Amino acid sequence: MAVKQVNPTRMELSRLKKKLNTATRGHKLLKDKRDELMRRFLEMVRENRALRMRVEEQIRRANANFVLAKSSMSDETLKTALLAPKQAVYVTTSYRNVMSVDIPVFDTETRTPDPNDIYSYGFAFTSSDLDDAVKSLSDVLPDLIRLAEIEKSCQLMADEIEKTRRRVNALEHVMIPETQEQIRYITRKLDENERSTQTRLMKVKDMMLQQAHGY
Amino acid sequence: MSERIAVFGDKESVYGFAALGLDTYFFDPSEDYVAVFKKLCQSKSYTIIYITEAAAAFLDKEIAKYRSEPSPAIILIPGVTGNTGEGLSAIRISVEKAVGSDIFNE
Repeated sequence: MAVKQVNPTRMELSRLKKKLNTATRGHKLLKDKRDELMRRFLEMVRENRALRMRVEEQIRRANANFVLAKSSMSDETLKTALLAPKQAVYVTTSYRNVMSVDIPVFDTETRTPDPNDIYSYGFAFTSSDLDDAVKSLSDVLPDLIRLAEIEKSCQLMADEIEKTRRRVNALEHVMIPETQEQIRYITRKLDENERSTQTRLMKVKDMMLQQAHGY
Repeated sequence: MSERIAVFGDKESVYGFAALGLDTYFFDPSEDYVAVFKKLCQSKSYTIIYITEAAAAFLDKEIAKYRSEPSPAIILIPGVTGNTGEGLSAIRISVEKAVGSDIFNE
């Protein structure tokens, strides 16, 4: 592996050792985070799939009801019936922190507490099919809100998992081996320096003895 | 702060939601639907936007932009013309992103 140029000094060595320590600890933490995120994500995705299938089925049925309602009424009547809705839905979003991902929690509120306010029309000119259709759609709404919550959470978590995985891999395959290699390089260099000093001293000693006593 | 819910799609599919008190916006291929959709996403008053699969097919890029944003949540729903499976494939994208491959493939 190509080693980045480092100064073979003791100061650099201790700095790198500290860096390696931090990197190893960070790597372990991030790996744990990734594993836990993944576990929660998979749980959530399973629920997401089940919920989505249920909601889609319900919406399909509601749509069928609307088609039915439409067939027995004129376009104008239908339009007028739904022109001015009595009910309104408000959402309050709060956030829950799951492994540093802020996932949304939606609380819904309706303008009026009366569940019958979804019928924004008089019953005289509309067919009962329309009531059924509106009712069936209103039954889906809680699930639909939950679906929004969970699907958004899944998207945000998938994003975070991807990021965390990249970080883990970068630490594991680049940062940590590189630092280890640099530490090894400096240690070797320092050892080599020490050995060369030793030999030099021995050599000087020999020369001095030679001069003084003629050994 | 209270936000609202928007439903975006062809008229046939979404007009029913108006009765429940959601705000409906009609998708019309002949109009500038991208602008309408952008406005919905950027206005802070909608935190959930339901969009029919048929309309979503035209707005892939816009929807992708908001995938990693915390708000709004853009959720695909089947329209009156039927279920195209786009909604489930949105989940598949999430799984592929997180796991690396689609492990729920059936």
